[in-house]
Amino acid sequence: MTPLLRIEGLVVEGRPPSGIWVQTVNGVSVDVAPGEVVALIGESGAGKTTVALGALGYTRPGTRFKAGKVYLEGREVLTMSPNDRRDLRGKDVAYVAQSAQSALNPAIPIGEQIAESLMLHGIADGKEAMKRSIALLDLLDLPHPEALAHRYPHQASGGQQQRIMMAMAMACQPKLLVLDEPTTALDVTTQIEVLKAIKDVIRERGTAALYVSHDLSVVAQIADRILVMNQGAVVEEGPTADILARPQKEYTRTLLGAVKPKPTRDGALSEWNPAAEQKPILTVRNIDATYVKPSMFEKIGREQHVLHDVEIDVFPREVLAVVGESGSGKSTLARVIAGLHPPLGGEIALDGQVLPAQSRQRTKEQLRRIQIIFQSPDQSLNPERRIDDAIGRPLELYFGMKGSEKQDRIAELLEMVGLDPDYAGRFPAELSGGQRQRVSIARAFAAKPDIILCDEVLSSLDTVVAARVLDLMRQLREEHQVAYVFISHDLSTVASIADRVAVMYAGRIVDAGLTKEVFSPPHHPYTQLLINSVPALRQGWLEDVIATREASAGMASNVMLHDPACPFRVRCPLVIDGKCESEPPPKREMGQHHVVYCQHNEAELAEHQRLVD
Amino acid sequence: MSDTTLATSAPRKRSKRARPRPDFWAWLGICIVIAGLLLAVFGPMLAPYDVGQIVPGASQFMPPSSETLLGTDVLGRDVFTRLLYGAQLTVGVALAATILGFVLGMAVGFSAAEVRGRYDDFVTWLIDVFLSFPPILLALIVIAALSSDLWVLIGTIAVIHSSRVARIGRAVAMNIAALEFVEVARARGENLLSILVREIWPSTIRPLAVEFGLRLTYSILFLSSLSFLGLGIQPPDADWGSMVKENLNGLQTGAYLSVLAPAFAIAILTVGVNLIVDWLGSQSGRSISEELTK
Repeated sequence: MTPLLRIEGLVVEGRPPSGIWVQTVNGVSVDVAPGEVVALIGESGAGKTTVALGALGYTRPGTRFKAGKVYLEGREVLTMSPNDRRDLRGKDVAYVAQSAQSALNPAIPIGEQIAESLMLHGIADGKEAMKRSIALLDLLDLPHPEALAHRYPHQASGGQQQRIMMAMAMACQPKLLVLDEPTTALDVTTQIEVLKAIKDVIRERGTAALYVSHDLSVVAQIADRILVMNQGAVVEEGPTADILARPQKEYTRTLLGAVKPKPTRDGALSEWNPAAEQKPILTVRNIDATYVKPSMFEKIGREQHVLHDVEIDVFPREVLAVVGESGSGKSTLARVIAGLHPPLGGEIALDGQVLPAQSRQRTKEQLRRIQIIFQSPDQSLNPERRIDDAIGRPLELYFGMKGSEKQDRIAELLEMVGLDPDYAGRFPAELSGGQRQRVSIARAFAAKPDIILCDEVLSSLDTVVAARVLDLMRQLREEHQVAYVFISHDLSTVASIADRVAVMYAGRIVDAGLTKEVFSPPHHPYTQLLINSVPALRQGWLEDVIATREASAGMASNVMLHDPACPFRVRCPLVIDGKCESEPPPKREMGQHHVVYCQHNEAELAEHQRLVD
Repeated sequence: MSDTTLATSAPRKRSKRARPRPDFWAWLGICIVIAGLLLAVFGPMLAPYDVGQIVPGASQFMPPSSETLLGTDVLGRDVFTRLLYGAQLTVGVALAATILGFVLGMAVGFSAAEVRGRYDDFVTWLIDVFLSFPPILLALIVIAALSSDLWVLIGTIAVIHSSRVARIGRAVAMNIAALEFVEVARARGENLLSILVREIWPSTIRPLAVEFGLRLTYSILFLSSLSFLGLGIQPPDADWGSMVKENLNGLQTGAYLSVLAPAFAIAILTVGVNLIVDWLGSQSGRSISEELTK
């Protein structure tokens, strides 16, 4: 059978601004049969997206095709006229981008955007196109498709936006879909619903797909075949089951090895109970916070709060993880602790001494003891200042260091985080993402703090790089006896580093305790949902998890921020009608230091909960 | 894919920022502006006569000769001499006013972006008030009330600039103030001045450099307009705008150079600054904050 898509010896060159052309893809060949889903997998910079875009005959600005052929149903895409190619795109081959938020036009209603390509390709006009776009929204399991079609993209949630993109791509019934990391930017809970929608649609319509991803666990759920790419070349290729079970090449094994285990593997979990023998160093009590500006005329309603009555303790030398979906308030909590966002009420105390709400009112010593590291390596260093300036600043500020004493200490700190002291004189732009994150870590440790707030510090790094940075952080904690408040949405990483975990939902802590206890039943139904949503590295996991009640409940993602009752009840599989919506959930002590806010008691939770591995 | 380096210690080197090369038109602009600056500094030394001196034996609106390269003006003074002296005042006042306006505007705009709250509301309101006056009217009122002293002139033009610079500076700084490295600086306990100068200012240079050039052009034209209206530089001192005004009658008697020479000087300097601005603008198509938040 002739393949639907055949890419032969594709060579693509890229040129950095005012540089020379460099090959980024070196002779890649891919075949996709009709109805087949082929995954391109590899680290960032491997050339996956470049190859996938080649199927559309498209190169990104600053890149060009050097050699090779791309046939779609036997027609050469690269040499055809621009007009033919434009006609091809959207109709025969469609593209789904990673970020729906930036790919959807914010000024045009959703239905119209979908109808646009139908009308453009002359498949349907006006009313008929609108009818079809509503049908497409329905096909992708989107709630109230008719109402949704008249809304604007920002009125849909992230997972919905991604499915809307999918509906747009499917509009003209293309034979081939190019999907570029369509679920990477989503929460694990949302990822399931999008993944399921994508899988259902392409199976139902018999559409072939080229699926670009860095995540093997995700690809395992959807792909028939996998191509492993590294540095612009295909390393290994084979059916999904074979690649997962019997990888032939070393690089593939490295990738498989870097896949994080499900957070439930008991062996890796911390055995230490920091709360058993010591007093907390930091206590956070009854914190309420909002981003609404206070006004003379209106009181800030509870529905505008992003944190509700949050209470946590941080013990010396422990790693306390704060987990939850995006928007759960975990980053706000870090900013409140750091004094960057004054809370509406509540109190934060360091060693029993109450801290002023704003960082500028705190003493130098108080500031020194709590440091913060942020998520984005592109943003957390001033692009106009050299590395030694970034690391040297806390040394000047807190210890009054100058001259050679300061330079020596900077070199020491750089070595401590595994960087050459030579990097001191460079600008952040000259460093890779992982290196920049190491500089941020060095800057935090320069203050000799007691607590470091780590806000998603690994989430923008590649898996392999992130694993090394995590190792470094683990080692530094041992050497410097510092506590981390580790904010993350990645439960597997949390499981491998945290002593204790606090689970946040809608600005509240719903489950908290030792990692071991929080991550195994009985625990809060939301914790269960989060853990079960982490994809496992095996085929068929998606079907298994959808079969459980927990995940199907996750589809109705309607976060209720305001009422005092349990905010999770709309998604909860164990909801008790009449009770959960009227009474605030009681605090229940389970195990040694495990607290769960739920109407169900320990025995009831234990009876219903089962982890999908 | 290594994120650590194992390179052994080569001599410590400090990286330099890569500076893009100016193209032909940018070079032309740079040459014009440098020539203008040199004239402003050394012009008076090169001048054959004193600024208010009537050339001995000359009458008004004489054609160019070996003694008077560009002829004489309405009072029989040497146009070339006055052009050189005029460079000093025109370029000097425009530059001083623009720099002062920028310092003032950036201080106000940046601090509003960083402090926020009531202070920001007040500053925004104040900017709106200033922007609602037509600039030339505002200048007329101030100069009429005070005097057309050199410093009053500079101060007035500076204040007019500062309200616009503050608005743009505030917008640019807002984007940067939201970035993580500024948050880190706040959490570290840096004071306001340090956050503005160390963290925010360096990233605003590129977008604001363009604005600086435009404001400089505007200063030159604005000063010339004021002088033309008789409110700027007062005789016997010369600037290019007042020279145009004084010698307007020369156009009728055929002494075109006495008017056209200063007018061309204004035009050439303005075009020169604009050539640089165009180039800067094409270089900083994207501001740093955009690059970072992309």
